[in-house]
Amino acid sequence: MPLTQAEVRLRVNGIPVTRTVEVRRTLADFLREDLGLTGTHLGCEHGVCGACTVLLDGQAVRSCLLFAVQADGSEITTVEALGTPEALSPLQQAFMEHHALQCGFCTPGFLMSAHALLRDHPSPSDDEIREVLGGHLCRCTGYRAIFDAVRAAALPRQSA
Amino acid sequence: MKPAPFGYLAPRSREEALDALRRFGPEAKLLAGGQSLVPLLAMRLVRPSVLIDLNRVPDLAYVRPFRGGLAIGAMTRQRAVEADPLAADRIPLLREALRWVGHPQIRTRGTVGGSLAHADPSAELPAVAAALDARFVLASARGQRVVDAPRFFAGYLTTALEPDEMLVEVRLPALPAGAGWAFAEVARRHGDFALVGVAVVLGCDPDRRCTEARMAFTGVSHGPMRVVEAEQSLVGRRVTAAAAAETGRIAQAALEPHSDIHASAAYRRHVAGVLAARALEQAAARMQVPS
Amino acid sequence: MGTRWFGEPVRRNEDPRLLTGRGTYVDDIQPPGLLHAAVLRSPHAHARIRRIDLRRAAAMPGVALVLTHADLPPTLQAPLPKLIPHPTLVHHKTQYALAPGKVRHVGEPVAFVVATSRYLAEDAAEAIEVDYDLLPPVADLEAAAAPGSPLVHEDMGTNVCAEYTQRVGDPDAAFARAPHIFRERFCMDRGTAASIETRGVVAIWDPRTRHLLIYDSTQAPIPIRNGLARLFDLPQHHVRVVAPDVGGGFGPKIMMFYPEEILVPLAAMRLGRPVKWIEDRRENFVATNQEREQIHDAEIAVDEEGRILAVRTRFLYDSGAYIPYGIIVPIVASTQLVGPYRIPNYECTFKAVFTNKVIVSPYRGAGRPTGCFVMERLIERVARELGLDRVEVRRRNLIQPDEFPYDTGLIFQDNAPLIYDSGNYPALLERALEMIGYRDWPARQAAARREGRLLGLGIALYVEGTGIGPYEGCRITVEPSGRIFAATSVGTQGQGHQTAFAQIIADALGVGVSDVVVTTGDSGAFGWGTGTFASRAAVVAGNAVGLAAQAVRQKTLTVAARLLEARPDDLELADGKVFVRGSPSRAVSLGDVAAAANPLRGTIPPEWEGPGLEASRYFAPPRGTYAAGCHAAILEIDPGTAAVRIHQYVVVHDCGKVINPLILEGQIQGGVAQGIGGAFYEKLVYDAEGQLLTQTFMDYLLPTIAEVPPVEIGHLETPSPLNPLGIKGAGEAGVIPVAALFASAIDDALGTRITEMPLSHSRLLDLLMRSPAAPTAEALGVAAVGDGP
Repeated sequence: MPLTQAEVRLRVNGIPVTRTVEVRRTLADFLREDLGLTGTHLGCEHGVCGACTVLLDGQAVRSCLLFAVQADGSEITTVEALGTPEALSPLQQAFMEHHALQCGFCTPGFLMSAHALLRDHPSPSDDEIREVLGGHLCRCTGYRAIFDAVRAAALPRQSA
Repeated sequence: MKPAPFGYLAPRSREEALDALRRFGPEAKLLAGGQSLVPLLAMRLVRPSVLIDLNRVPDLAYVRPFRGGLAIGAMTRQRAVEADPLAADRIPLLREALRWVGHPQIRTRGTVGGSLAHADPSAELPAVAAALDARFVLASARGQRVVDAPRFFAGYLTTALEPDEMLVEVRLPALPAGAGWAFAEVARRHGDFALVGVAVVLGCDPDRRCTEARMAFTGVSHGPMRVVEAEQSLVGRRVTAAAAAETGRIAQAALEPHSDIHASAAYRRHVAGVLAARALEQAAARMQVPS
Repeated sequence: MGTRWFGEPVRRNEDPRLLTGRGTYVDDIQPPGLLHAAVLRSPHAHARIRRIDLRRAAAMPGVALVLTHADLPPTLQAPLPKLIPHPTLVHHKTQYALAPGKVRHVGEPVAFVVATSRYLAEDAAEAIEVDYDLLPPVADLEAAAAPGSPLVHEDMGTNVCAEYTQRVGDPDAAFARAPHIFRERFCMDRGTAASIETRGVVAIWDPRTRHLLIYDSTQAPIPIRNGLARLFDLPQHHVRVVAPDVGGGFGPKIMMFYPEEILVPLAAMRLGRPVKWIEDRRENFVATNQEREQIHDAEIAVDEEGRILAVRTRFLYDSGAYIPYGIIVPIVASTQLVGPYRIPNYECTFKAVFTNKVIVSPYRGAGRPTGCFVMERLIERVARELGLDRVEVRRRNLIQPDEFPYDTGLIFQDNAPLIYDSGNYPALLERALEMIGYRDWPARQAAARREGRLLGLGIALYVEGTGIGPYEGCRITVEPSGRIFAATSVGTQGQGHQTAFAQIIADALGVGVSDVVVTTGDSGAFGWGTGTFASRAAVVAGNAVGLAAQAVRQKTLTVAARLLEARPDDLELADGKVFVRGSPSRAVSLGDVAAAANPLRGTIPPEWEGPGLEASRYFAPPRGTYAAGCHAAILEIDPGTAAVRIHQYVVVHDCGKVINPLILEGQIQGGVAQGIGGAFYEKLVYDAEGQLLTQTFMDYLLPTIAEVPPVEIGHLETPSPLNPLGIKGAGEAGVIPVAALFASAIDDALGTRITEMPLSHSRLLDLLMRSPAAPTAEALGVAAVGDGP
């Protein structure tokens, strides 16, 4: 029979989690409210702005377009796992150096997408960076500094 | 913006999925990548009583050789097709068109079958499928049937799928001999649904004359739109700039697009012709003339 | 004062928190026992409410409270406060906490539901039954201003709530004598700020102590505190309003009051439990104020050389269904329209008009983008009609550097004379022309044209009134730990105030920027102030910070002089220490000075004026200070599809002394991005019934990285004489001239005469097909394939 509640077991930032959730609960709400991981933000809840981007088994996805029940058995990575205020990740450090954030609300989403990009493509082309950042909205920065930060965090490209 | 309550089923096999459809079909929605459905759920514009999640059904995600072309499982992520070497080799049009679908984060979840079955009139994949003469494998507890693109795309957000059926595979025939191909689109912003888009496949003979032309538009009708008279106008001819422009004008004359908040009907008609001409020229330039 | 940090591209203090998911936005506040609210909003633009049936909703699982207008206390049933009155605003109609029997725009709150989750609150809101009697709506601005229109507020007998004229010189006489007069109608449509964080409120009520704690994503926490205290009859010190990290503001987050800012505390007080309401994105499109819609009938009179003799504009201003914020936007539009130009005779008249649409209040630019569009369009019209170079016409009319202070003769939004304090407008223009390569432009354009490519160069100048009063304040405390804490009256929404203010303090006290912790937007930390708006926080609060920092410095020297047995004049502050000049070993740490200034026994001398290293200061400018800038860009228009590509974008900007160029350039680049949105992508589309057709981010199109080019920025610094730091505001500069610039560039490319904004692919193609540059079908066929993804 169709379920209205379900138990989910997953790993979030490396930590095993078991919870019972209403099946309509989004992964974003689950992370924010049930687990208190409020670094993942909701900007539109319809999959356009990208602020809620997390890694699902390593891939950057919108957590507002997934139900928590769908993440059963998965590994979720959120911005809280990238670095700490005392020990920023190189990508976070680059965002700071380049002033790639203003209000900071969209920033976790950009970080997660850029993190996945640089993990898979340590020296992406400018177009590859733009393609990935194109899936996010920022209303403060006008994007230039975000682009510069991601490029700075990448390894230098080999000249052909 | 939270979805209304629904019941949830996550079948673990194709049989379970078809059984769930048999039992709940008319009141159920299939959840594939969720990139179009979940926003509609969140806005409560769609409120199924049962959501059947296909993400746990094995053997629905694959790209396989099929009679010189490809068979793609309905749950294959768009991003996977984009990266697939076999797809790149046999039908490079796919990759070119997929890069216009949303953004990488969307394509990571979005599936080929989900996009085709959603049948958004401005989506890219339906037009690509139409231009490739795709065939659609529909399964239900009653059995399986195969339909072609004109039958599959039945109208605005409507397909040939019966309430108890699901799309399990799309079959893309091999490109014609010497094929050239192209995809062109204008969207308001990069990543948006098309204002107008067109997928083009051309076959040619050793003399560079067009043996076959297929052109499918998106954004100009209730679904993907082939303009037969425009296609026919090219057969037997070399696709010169003048021929491409003329074909574009034939398409313009034949199309009856709609106006909406994003563009006028006149814009869509005009740009359909422009893009058709440009895509035809690019496709012609890519022809591999058979010896 | 030292100048070690001021002017440096210092990395921000706020970043490590925000980058690691440790920020605290309103939705991150999750107190135990929290309940969640949803608002039932009107689906109709204009209707009477005949009946509301709550029975089904109230009985639903998890529902704690359902409120309608009838359930409110009398003080909250009345229209909400009038914010900024004006003598000409004769019908100052304000919104309601919940609609009292009639709704006047789609999205107006009708009922308020509180439940144990947002999911359940939305379920219950759906279950409320409301019967409406539909009334004829008026959505169109001109129709609303015309006699016989349906009335948004019947008791007025008209939809025109204000009519205001300002006149400088003798415009009638100037127009009567002028050799050339050019007239044009200019329209700008609606847009929305669309901060990525929507609005939100959390209220926590302690019934024992009768203290109300509010977290609100507002730009004006202190006025919200004051208003809530009055509405709920609480002492001000029993109400604390915190604007924590705020995810973008841009103007609309300052409005006292949005209904939810009252309903959430009311519900928390009724229920004795914390209540949260977070606006969702679709609500944001109908529940957060919008801006920009104006229709100008403008004319310009010039002599044979293109020198301006007079300008006149008569315009309609769409205020939406209510006008809580008063007529600030049209006043700003009409007074800033004159820009950097010498206009001896000027007349502006506007009518503010009610329509059945969402309320209007300032959005970044606040009328200036429209004013700039009108003025710059008029200048280019003159150039075209008289066969003059458009740059030359600008040169001939710019106010010259020796003319400051320059009195425009107008009264600005702060009711003070609009006097440009300082500036160098010709230098802005020439620098921008140099950066964009104007000298070589004709050849470059012609060469592109020969290849069938349509390129255009645009130019636009603007002046921006910033840093208006009345005042802001700051308190700075050095603690015995040696760390420095500052609390300011303004809130922050991403502008880096916690760093910029820290730079000012660090310079005065000889410490590092990261040693200074700045609290913004907490009425419990600092209780006097107005808010962050009108590009004023850095100017007004920044100077208060500077004054307080100097006071703490003096106190530090006074106390340290006694400890070091030296004269205050012989002391210096550096590296967190006070030392005797020339003998750095005779030193005492700031923390030890702070401890000594607050002894447990003994006495403190009268010249210390109290214990501790602490000072509070206010800054109250006499009037605004005026920043200015020039934007120039090269655009290419695809002749087949009207897609626009920006090849180059330059900004030369003068906001006086720059506190932090990193932050300033971020403000400009971000402002330009919003301007690009407003020029080509973003448009709120209402139908004739007042239904908003663009209510998602799939229909209302914010620019992405693909649409926004990197901006080359040049700085000019003409310090303001009106404040000790010599600074001017910069928050809105980037957005103001972009619509004018797009029009300028597209006209240059196509020979069109653009008079309406925003454009789109579709509208631009219409213009293109009718322009002299329209390509033939054959030309289109051979053109290159457009940009790939």
